[in-house]
Amino acid sequence: MTSTLEADVMLRAERLAKSFVLHNQGGVTINVFDGLDLEVRRGECLILAGPSGAGKSSLLRSLYANYKPQSGSVLVRHEDRVVDLCAAEPYEVLEVRRRTLGYVSQFLRVIPRVPTIDLVTEPLTTRGVDPAEARERAGTLLTRLRIPEALWRLPPATFSGGEQQRVNIAMTFVQDYPILLLDEPTASLDVDNRRTVTDLITEAHEAGAAIVGIFHDAEVRAAVGTRSYDLSANRQAA
Amino acid sequence: MTGSVRDPLLQVRDLTHHYGRHLGCRDVSFDLHPGEILGIVGESGSGKTTLLKCVSGQLQPTDGSVSYRTRDLGPVDVYGMSEARRRLLMRTDWGIVYQNARDGLRMKVSAGANVGERLMAIGDRHYGHIRSEAVDWLERVEMDMGRIDDMPGTFSGGMQQRLQIARNLVTKPRLVFMDEPTSGLDVSVQARLLDLIRGLVGSLGIACIVVTHDLGVVRLLSHRLMVMKGGQVVEHGLTDQVLDDPQHPYTQLLVSSILPV
Ligand SMILES: Nc1ncnc2c1ncn2[C@@H]1O[C@H](COP(=O)(O)OP(=O)(O)OP(=O)(O)O)[C@@H](O)[C@H]1O
Ligand SMILES: Nc1ncnc2c1ncn2[C@@H]1O[C@H](COP(=O)(O)OP(=O)(O)OP(=O)(O)O)[C@@H](O)[C@H]1O
Ligand SMILES: [Mg+2]
Ligand SMILES: [Mg+2]
Repeated sequence: MTSTLEADVMLRAERLAKSFVLHNQGGVTINVFDGLDLEVRRGECLILAGPSGAGKSSLLRSLYANYKPQSGSVLVRHEDRVVDLCAAEPYEVLEVRRRTLGYVSQFLRVIPRVPTIDLVTEPLTTRGVDPAEARERAGTLLTRLRIPEALWRLPPATFSGGEQQRVNIAMTFVQDYPILLLDEPTASLDVDNRRTVTDLITEAHEAGAAIVGIFHDAEVRAAVGTRSYDLSANRQAA
Repeated sequence: MTGSVRDPLLQVRDLTHHYGRHLGCRDVSFDLHPGEILGIVGESGSGKTTLLKCVSGQLQPTDGSVSYRTRDLGPVDVYGMSEARRRLLMRTDWGIVYQNARDGLRMKVSAGANVGERLMAIGDRHYGHIRSEAVDWLERVEMDMGRIDDMPGTFSGGMQQRLQIARNLVTKPRLVFMDEPTSGLDVSVQARLLDLIRGLVGSLGIACIVVTHDLGVVRLLSHRLMVMKGGQVVEHGLTDQVLDDPQHPYTQLLVSSILPV
């Protein structure tokens, strides 16, 4: 079965449902959302809104196939075709993540023992960018994000929370992903760095990326958002 | 043309193995694609080794089939082919890294010969070439070149595992099976070995099936994860999805009983 998307739609969730059954805690069921539909177009930045626990991160993770929705589909425009991440084989999901779908999680989780500069360079070299050019681009971005050059040779495990978050952002923004999923990318950053990240997001969406993001900071929301989607209405009674 | 990258390299269907009346594993089916790394986790006795042996041509399953896409003939039933052909396949296109290096190495010949031997087995007769390939591979697994003529029995556990890896990869296999490749080693040695495996397997695009107790190992290495319990697969999917949003009660228990990686 091949699905289709309208010309400039990059991502669409259809009748998406997510719940958790905690089997080892008395089988409690948490219904997070059900029958959820949303659509994001090229150059749009959709803001997920709703109180803590509304399911914003769960939705974003479901769009990345990191969480497994109970039903529905997540259609992604991947190169010249449309892939349903809820039905795709794992290797296809990984292909979509490599080239099309970038995700900045709330916390950095990386391969241990790999130097920061390599973490930021690798996404480019695996896509065939010349290693010298890739390193150059990685360095430029790390500098822009104010990671001192003295730290580049170190793995980020011992970095401060804000430094780790900026490495996390660099690893995603070093590529030009057509679709970006951002879970509070500015949360642990100071004013200057928050502004830099806001600029990076704005540049990405002006260049045509479709973005879905969660931002607690109202200023960031106002600066980058083009539309908002409120999850509190979708929350089902447990 | 014997298939595109999208075609599976290995197809396992309804595989069941009984040891007499005792169940080893039951009704296991999966596809493995070129370059894909599949992790298999599960408690002791859940059938991981049994499954790996059945899939890798070492143990004829009681039921079900294993089909491998060969370079020349396309998909071939692993247990339908002649013994000689299966052995050739295992020596050339496949590699097997055992938990116990003694099962995977020849302890009575030198490190260099352990690697060179695999090349001779596929018909390489040029001594100079064999020697240089062996040296190259021992370097790639970070072996001390001063030890190349020593017997594996004089090596540490970590060195023996690295030698096994060199011995297996020298023939440029398309598929490598590993059963607990890092267990029994010191934590720091484990870490180094894992980095090595990740780097080599990734850069060479080798498909891999890795059996392990260690969820940290699969988080790091595998694209896909299969969780076994009581001989059966209880959950199977994208590694980070299975670990971050486990569906089965047993997987939830397994994930919650370890520290976050
Ligand atoms: N892996 C998980 N296993 C079980 N329950 C989960 C899991 N992830 C999220 N939940 C539950 O799903 C609900 C929604 O959580 P989620 O993290 O999506 O909310 P959120 O809107 O992002 O909140 P916040 O603004 O606090 O980050 C919560 O009740 C949470 O406990
Ligand atoms: N040669 C054998 N003869 C009889 N029973 C066997 C044999 N090998 C394994 N078994 C049994 O088959 C079941 C599965 O064993 P297997 O070795 O596949 O488990 P495993 O998941 O690899 O366990 P571990 O993590 O301890 O290595 C166990 O109950 C085991 O006792
Ligand atoms: Mg959240
Ligand atoms: Mg075993």
